[in-house]
Amino acid sequence: MTSRAAEQRWIAWQTVDSGRLVLYVVGAVLVLAALARTAMDVRLVSVAIGFGLFIAFGELLRLQLPGGREAAPIAMSAALAYAMASLVELATGPKTMSIPPLQVVAVAALGMILGALPHVAAGRVPELTGMARRLVTVAFVAFIFHPLIERGLLAHRWVEFAAMAVMVTLAWLLESVISAVIRADDLRARLPIMLADELRVQWRLGLAVGVSAIITVFGAEVMGIYELIVFAGPLLVIQFAFRRYAGIRATYLQTVRALAQVTEVGGYVETGHSRRVSRIALAVGRELGMSEPDLIDLEYAALMHDIGQLSLIEPIPGGATVLVSSADARRIAEFGAEVIRQTGVLDNVAELVRCQWLPATGGLTTPPLASRVIRAVNAFDDLVGGSADRDRVAAAIDRLRLASEVEYDPRVVDALAAVTGRLRLSRL
Amino acid sequence: MGRLSLTAWLYLGAIVTAAGVILAQQPGAAAAPRWWGIYVALALLFLICDSAPTPLAARQSAWSPSSAATLAAVVFLGGVGAAMVGAVAVLSLRRRVPLSERLFNGAMYAVAGYCAGLAYHAAGGQPRIPATGLVAALTGARVGIPVTQMFGSLLVPFAAAAIAHVVVNHGLLWLMLLLDRRSRAAAHRTMPASSIPVLLASDFGLASLGLVIAALWTVTGAFAALLVLVPLYVARWAMGQFAEQQKAHSDTLAALVQAVETKDLYTRGHSERVSRGARMIARQIGIRADRLEAVTFAGMLHDVGKLGVPTKVLQKDGALTEEEYAAIQLHPMRGLEIIRDIGFLNEALTGIMHHHERMDGRGYPMGFAGDEIPEFARIIAVADAFDSMTSTRSYRQARRISEAVAELRRGAGSQFDPKIVAAFVTALSRDGWQLPEPIRRHGHEIVTSQDHDDPTAPLWVVESL
Repeated sequence: MTSRAAEQRWIAWQTVDSGRLVLYVVGAVLVLAALARTAMDVRLVSVAIGFGLFIAFGELLRLQLPGGREAAPIAMSAALAYAMASLVELATGPKTMSIPPLQVVAVAALGMILGALPHVAAGRVPELTGMARRLVTVAFVAFIFHPLIERGLLAHRWVEFAAMAVMVTLAWLLESVISAVIRADDLRARLPIMLADELRVQWRLGLAVGVSAIITVFGAEVMGIYELIVFAGPLLVIQFAFRRYAGIRATYLQTVRALAQVTEVGGYVETGHSRRVSRIALAVGRELGMSEPDLIDLEYAALMHDIGQLSLIEPIPGGATVLVSSADARRIAEFGAEVIRQTGVLDNVAELVRCQWLPATGGLTTPPLASRVIRAVNAFDDLVGGSADRDRVAAAIDRLRLASEVEYDPRVVDALAAVTGRLRLSRL
Repeated sequence: MGRLSLTAWLYLGAIVTAAGVILAQQPGAAAAPRWWGIYVALALLFLICDSAPTPLAARQSAWSPSSAATLAAVVFLGGVGAAMVGAVAVLSLRRRVPLSERLFNGAMYAVAGYCAGLAYHAAGGQPRIPATGLVAALTGARVGIPVTQMFGSLLVPFAAAAIAHVVVNHGLLWLMLLLDRRSRAAAHRTMPASSIPVLLASDFGLASLGLVIAALWTVTGAFAALLVLVPLYVARWAMGQFAEQQKAHSDTLAALVQAVETKDLYTRGHSERVSRGARMIARQIGIRADRLEAVTFAGMLHDVGKLGVPTKVLQKDGALTEEEYAAIQLHPMRGLEIIRDIGFLNEALTGIMHHHERMDGRGYPMGFAGDEIPEFARIIAVADAFDSMTSTRSYRQARRISEAVAELRRGAGSQFDPKIVAAFVTALSRDGWQLPEPIRRHGHEIVTSQDHDDPTAPLWVVESL
């Protein structure tokens, strides 16, 4: 167990790429500068402790969202609120002041580290990337907002509200851009598509975080630090809703992945076939610039593309559908689509599975892109199997190319060649 | 209308009368000048929250953030004002709500709001119109320090009010569900008792939004109500997505399991019926909500490994060789292999792996006995055998339910856990059992000649020498 955790940690460090590296360096510089500066002079200590603890609490409750995303909405909204708060200094008479940006960074960083400690103690890899992303975003907000408050530009309530609304929107955009850069590196996908996905998937949570930050700022003006305690209740309920949503999404995918294996256990298909096809198909889909909702459908369809073989009384030798007649392939595809349609919710996926036997062009209808991907990747895996042998991979790709444009979409085959050249097939 | 029982009608009358008495009073804050503005804004907020409840499985457990508006009214307007806000539930924009339910909801929220006001007062809180309202907010006037101190001292009274609201609200609702048999049956089907603490906690969490609204009000006026609606909308979206995905998940599971079963004419629908039986037993013995879900899935998936048993072994008519018997005995392990990676199924895995163990230790694959057998496995074993006996097989007709129950009782102690059998028999007499459709053979379907689940006809194995 420990060796596995250590290995995970090692892999995590192995995959540090340029985007991450820049983010880590910026984050580290910010934290060091902030700690050095703040150690000399902390303003409003009790408020700092309150927000710091709240950020730690939010970081402890970080979320895993669909698509392998990580978020800590409670910590983020508290940190943004701390950066934007204009507080009333009691000691020197009623005077509106803002927290110095470096103090905001220091408090947010200490809170995040404190909140991450239990995760590390439990043997989980710390989400350094997520923490650095949040920290840089918070610093960005603090550095812009602080002078605005100090110069008294936000004295009017509605100006303050408008400024905060613009600020949280910018923060959301910045966070999305950082996430998209990192994901584009991780998934070898194109940045604009990743950014569009990020904005589309995250806008609701971003909205909730931003508005919660504004509510916290206004509320804290009246309730002081009590606001954090009172607002924690609703925030927890909202977070709970997201956690359950993310949980069921993950479970759903796991279930489909698992049950797609029934064809393997039944001896219809070679072991690992559906998973390999789905992973390669995903990578090809990304290479072709498909968006996230389309990729989810593609993944489900790829996992279940052979479910129709259950209708066969005797399994095909080796399960290789590349070798069967097109009449049989059609029957398998249609039976599989029928099974999937029974679910009542996966009609898109059923359609993709139904069209997988169609040749890429020349038919009456052109099958959807995802179906063309599945057709090519399925044929590729039938030819190569789990093998990572370079010559075999190259031979298989050549064979798909030679099978003429009618059979396999040349764009898909090109993408497949690019993907297989890049991915380490042994890990597929 | 007219579908309520007499006692339920009487109860409804009593609650409505109580609400009438409360609403006949003059609100304590009525003297204040901006009273109506605040009331209308909060009532609107209440109506919006109440009209767009989250689509949860059970309507009774609908997740309503409307209590936040009532509790904000407690802070500003006192108990009677809160009752007036709650009474707005009568006007709910939800469609197809019968008049009796509208009346009940309005009266219930009114009484709960009033009780929250009483608790608030008892804990030392004074309802107060905010120092600055919409006008001051529009002119950008800043609120001074006294307000801060005021809100600090409000924490304890507000907590008392929130607790009172949650308790009274759920108490009144619970009593109604108890009196109204129709909705009681519905609640029994959809909401296990074990999910109540989560529900109460989340209601309390949402109720505390009332104080946030009150605080924001002193800064931004009625705009506060608009601001809090945003995170609530997002939460509602997430809850709705959860419900949708959960349904999609179980539908997908059912469809895939059905696809596996189509191979065999006689076992069609078996998994779904075993799943239903396992759920009945689990409910009867009273297990946690998440475990109830897990055992339902385990029942659904218990035979998925049968696909790994060669078709010719399943179809074999006559004695099995030891090798063939071993192949059949392997199916729980094969099932385990398939679903091992489904994260939430941890406990279900043990149930699937051991569903052919026997209390006397002569089962397979491990030969566990008594309490060594996981609870889920003991539950599935009973439901599994019962459905097998009450289904038609190629070698016999379906048995009657009474015969199958007698057979379960005979096996209690040796094959089955007597406690589980007793729970199943009780649940059976209450909920009944839906028998499988009669079998019509067309001649070309695959048919199994022996059933490994049938306790009355054990597999016929020839020992090789």
